[in-house]
Amino acid sequence: MSAITIRNLNVWFGAGAERSDAVKDVSFDVAEGESFGLVGESGSGKSTILRAIEGIAPNWSGHVSIAGEVLGKRRSRQFYRNVQMVFQDPYASLHPRQTVDRVLSEVMGLHGFTDIDSRIGRLLDDVGLGSGFRFRYPHQLSGGQRQRVAIARALAPEPRILLLDEPTSALDVSVQAEILNLLADLRAEHNLTYVMVSHDLGVVGHLCERIAVMKSAEIVEVLGVGEMRKLEANDPYTRHLLESSIHSVR
Amino acid sequence: MNDDKPLLDIENLQVRFATRTGTFEAVRGISFTLGRERLGIVGESGSGKSMTGRAILRLIRSPGTIEADRMALHGEDLLSVPEKRMRQLRGGKISMIMQDPKFSLNPVMSVGQQMVEALRTHESVSKAEARARAIAMLEEVSIRDPERVYDLFPHEVSGGMGQRIMIAMMLLPNPEVLIADEPTSALDVSVQLQVLDIMDRLVRERGMGLIFISHDLNLVAKFCDRIVIMYAGRIVEVCKASELRNASHPYTLGLLNSVPDLEHPRERLEVLQRDPAWREAPSVSART
Ligand SMILES: Nc1ncnc2c1ncn2[C@@H]1O[C@H](COP(=O)(O)OP(=O)(O)OP(=O)(O)O)[C@@H](O)[C@H]1O
Ligand SMILES: Nc1ncnc2c1ncn2[C@@H]1O[C@H](COP(=O)(O)OP(=O)(O)OP(=O)(O)O)[C@@H](O)[C@H]1O
Ligand SMILES: [Mg+2]
Ligand SMILES: [Mg+2]
Repeated sequence: MSAITIRNLNVWFGAGAERSDAVKDVSFDVAEGESFGLVGESGSGKSTILRAIEGIAPNWSGHVSIAGEVLGKRRSRQFYRNVQMVFQDPYASLHPRQTVDRVLSEVMGLHGFTDIDSRIGRLLDDVGLGSGFRFRYPHQLSGGQRQRVAIARALAPEPRILLLDEPTSALDVSVQAEILNLLADLRAEHNLTYVMVSHDLGVVGHLCERIAVMKSAEIVEVLGVGEMRKLEANDPYTRHLLESSIHSVR
Repeated sequence: MNDDKPLLDIENLQVRFATRTGTFEAVRGISFTLGRERLGIVGESGSGKSMTGRAILRLIRSPGTIEADRMALHGEDLLSVPEKRMRQLRGGKISMIMQDPKFSLNPVMSVGQQMVEALRTHESVSKAEARARAIAMLEEVSIRDPERVYDLFPHEVSGGMGQRIMIAMMLLPNPEVLIADEPTSALDVSVQLQVLDIMDRLVRERGMGLIFISHDLNLVAKFCDRIVIMYAGRIVEVCKASELRNASHPYTLGLLNSVPDLEHPRERLEVLQRDPAWREAPSVSART
C-alpha cells in the first residue's frame, strides 16, 4: 500500500488578482517505508507541499491520501500522531519559554504516553544531546542543538510518516551525519516513510530512493537516486542543479 | 588596496555565560584579523562561531559577557566605545546577517518597510530612493518579482527568500565589514552561487571584509580566502582555503569526511570521534 498518494494538488495564497500559485498540479506516490526527496528552486513550493500533507495549507484542491485516509477538512487523532513534521526553521518552531524537557513531555502527554521520564532520556541520547540539555531553554542552545530538539519532538509520538523540511540544513556536517545515520536507522527499525525537502543533493541522495525536482510551483521531473548519481536527467533545470552540486573538496 | 592594516583586529576574545551549573565558556581566547578578504569560520555546532560574530558587534545578551585584550575596527576600540556609537556602527560600518533570518525580521512589518527603515537610519535618503534601492537589491539577490515580495510580511516568504531578504537588507548600507552567519544554508545551489557572487563582488570591488560563518566545508573552501576552524570555543587550525585538502587536524579531517557526497555514496556516514585533547590544546592564532 502506498503511504502517501497525491493527485493534482494545487495550493494558492490570496484570491482574485492577488492570487499566487505556490503548488500547481502536483502528483506523486510514496510507498510505505520509502524515502522520497523534494529538491528544487527556492520558493518553488517544496515546504508548501509538506504543509498541505500536514493539513496546514490554507487553500488547496486535489486529492491527498495518507495511509489510506483521504484528507478532507477534518483529520483523525490517529493522523496527527502518524504524521509528524520537522520544520526548516529550528528557531521559530520551539516555544521560547519552554525547556527541552517541557517540549518533549507535552507532546508525549498529548499522545498518551506514560513512561515519559525514561523516554525523554532515550530520545535525547538518540538525537545526540546528552541529559545536560534537558532543562535548557531554546535561547541557551546553538542552532544545531535546537534542530536536534525539534527532531526529538517529532520522533516522540512514534510516527509512521516523517515530513522533513531541510532537517539538517542548520546542522554542522558531523551532526548532520549523525542525524542522517539516525534517520536511516529509525526508518529501517520502524519501517518509517519519509518525505524530505533539502537543497543539498548529497543529503537527498544519501537518504532517498526517488527524488522530485521542482521549479516554479511544478514538479519538472522525478528521478531515481541511481540516475541522479549518474547525472542522467532529462530536464534542463535538473541538469543545471546536478552540475552545480558535484564539486566537493575530496 | 594600499592600506594593508586589518579592518578588524581581535586578540584573546572570550565569551562566557553564567549558568545554573557554573560558567560556560563559549569562546575561549581566540585571536584573528580580518583584512579586505573573505575569512571563513567553520566548525561543528556549538563551537562558538555565532558567538564570535555577535561578540564583535557586542550583541551578546546577559548573562553573557565579552572580554578581549583587543577588539578594534580600524583602530577604534569596540570594547570601550559607548553603546550609542556602537549602534551607529552596527548595520552601518559592520553588518551581520544573523543565522536565522525569520527570527531577525520584524514579524509585523512588511519586508520593504523594514529594508527602507534600516537603510534610512544610516543614510539620509528619500523614501522613494530608499524604496528603489531596496527593490533593486532584492532583484540582485535573485528574488523573483521583487515588487510583490516588497509588500509581503515575513511569514509569507519561503525559507530561502527570508534568507535573501536579510542579505539584501544588510548589504544596502554598503558595510565595510560583513559578518554572514550561515547566510546560504537554506538556498538551493544555483541561488547560493548567485548570492556568493554578490558578496564576492563587494569584497573585490569595494574592499569589504567578509567573515563567512558556515559548517559547509566544501562551500567555504571554494568561496573563501582563508579558513579558521573552531572547536569548543578555540581555533584548532588556520589555513588558506585552497589548502583545506591538506588540512592535518583530525577534527578537520573528520568534518571533511562526514559530508555526504552525491557521486561517492556510502552506506553509513562517518561521524566524529572526539578526542578530549582537542579541547585542551591552546588556540591557534589567525592574526596576520
Ligand atoms: N503565507 C503565505 N502568503 C503568501 N505567499 C506565501 C505564503 N507562504 C508561502 N508563500 C509563497 O509560496 C511560494 C512557495 O513557498 P515555499 O515555502 O513552499 O517554498 P520552498 O520551495 O519551500 O522554498 P525554500 O527552498 O526557499 O524554503 C513562495 O513564493 C512564497 O512566497
Ligand atoms: N545564553 C546561553 N547560556 C548558556 N550557553 C549558551 C548561551 N548561548 C549560547 N550558549 C552556548 O554557547 C556555545 C556556542 O554557541 P554558538 O551559537 O556560537 O554555536 P555555533 O558554533 O554558532 O553553532 P551552530 O553551528 O549550531 O550555530 C553553544 O554550546 C551554546 O549552547
Ligand atoms: Mg522551504
Ligand atoms: Mg551559529
